[in-house]
Amino acid sequence: MLIIENLSAEIDGKQILNGLTLTVEAGEIHAIMGPNGAGKSTLAYVLGGRPGYEVTGGSVTFNGKDLLDMDPHERAAAGMFLGFQYPVEIPGVSNVQFLREALNSQRKARGEEPLSGGEFLKLAKEKAGLLKLDMDMLKRNVNVGFSGGEKKRNEMVQMGILDPQFAVLDETDSGLDIDALRVVGEGINTIMRDPAKGVLLITHYQRLLDVVQPDKVSILAKGRIVETGGPELAHRLEEEGYDAVMKEDA
Amino acid sequence: MTDTATLPRPTNRDEDWRYSDGKFLAESAPEAMQTWSEIEVPAGETRCEILATGEGAVERLRVTVGKGARLEAFAILDKDSYRRTEVEVTLHDGAHFEFGGVTIGGGEATQEFVTRTIHAEPNGTSNQTVRAVHWGKATGNFLGRIEVVRDAQKTDAAQNFRAILLEKGATANTKPELEIYADDVQCAHGAAIGQMDEMAGYYMASRGLPPKVARKLLVQAFIGDAFVELADDGLREEMMEQALAKLDEAEL
Repeated sequence: MLIIENLSAEIDGKQILNGLTLTVEAGEIHAIMGPNGAGKSTLAYVLGGRPGYEVTGGSVTFNGKDLLDMDPHERAAAGMFLGFQYPVEIPGVSNVQFLREALNSQRKARGEEPLSGGEFLKLAKEKAGLLKLDMDMLKRNVNVGFSGGEKKRNEMVQMGILDPQFAVLDETDSGLDIDALRVVGEGINTIMRDPAKGVLLITHYQRLLDVVQPDKVSILAKGRIVETGGPELAHRLEEEGYDAVMKEDA
Repeated sequence: MTDTATLPRPTNRDEDWRYSDGKFLAESAPEAMQTWSEIEVPAGETRCEILATGEGAVERLRVTVGKGARLEAFAILDKDSYRRTEVEVTLHDGAHFEFGGVTIGGGEATQEFVTRTIHAEPNGTSNQTVRAVHWGKATGNFLGRIEVVRDAQKTDAAQNFRAILLEKGATANTKPELEIYADDVQCAHGAAIGQMDEMAGYYMASRGLPPKVARKLLVQAFIGDAFVELADDGLREEMMEQALAKLDEAEL
């Protein structure tokens, strides 16, 4: 579904990704773990097409198409969703208005009929309920005045409404308390655990992986994937630390 | 009646015309720039005026707002040639002046609001919100003078100007002037000139919004501040549509 081959990328002339190769199949939840500064967020932003992140080599193929050739909004319409580590506040634009415009822009790009106001609200209500976010929050301005946990839950509500084929979730668990972590994790399972969908789950901690069981775990260090294994790899990292695991397996 | 033939022609050397379109000032008849229309809002009444709807390049309005009365004025300057709307307001005891203005456009147009708010008696309040959105080589200006006379205690005056420049080459100027002779007053003013929030634009794109749609949503939110106090929902929507239609013309 997502094939990353030998991907290199830089920001402000500084090379961050260094020949990264990774494949995620449909139906797979693939966790990416790695020490600080390894390039995890850079990988997420490169996949999301953020301006300023320059790809200097390699390729990314998404459902057979060249992902790197698409603008950010085209990637979204093609079924790619990026969950932000730090969701952005947009004063003056309500969540409902934002998401309805976003969903209908995606539908238009795919040649589908737009949803009416009523249809959209029904969908939004259902997905917000799943993430235990009340409708009042959906009427408020996008992320403005939201707590860290509310912002992350709002990301997952957006994911539920937009219903992507593939999600790149960048430290969606950071800033969450234990209860919110469970709600968000279960949200990911409900929305994305599907034989036709894929997830790249970037995280620092095992605790999210206790709720969202990954099919594969890869370690990202110094801009490349250094090791890929099953869920047991995450447990070993939690117990022994990155240095020890990478040294042992080298 | 003044003899128009002897009227001096304003130039950019005059503080009040400093950011105006110099070519226009040099070529136009001085009386066009110095004719005032006058209205009076009687004590206790509310009057809402939509300005800048005529064809004239310069519009000047002088208003006396009676005791406890309220003047609300809203305007969009969106033409492709020089436009200036001036409002001079004298507020009596407990009167309120509400002003919301938007300048929007590209090309080489200069559009400006000039207000003079005179708090002539105690307990008056005023609130002015101006938003500017420009591209090309266009210019948006807001000159706002607030005068609080010595006896006008408990005056509460606020003025806020913000501009978004969508392209290099566009300009925004603002000059708040506060002249305060009373000691128990509140006068707040704020000004910010900047570019579109790139991160917000990217966030919206990542959810599937094409750049043009994202920009429109952001500009809509931005200029909406100017019309928040316009009570008539239908009229407010019309004004928003008028301003956003201008944005649709922009080739960015």
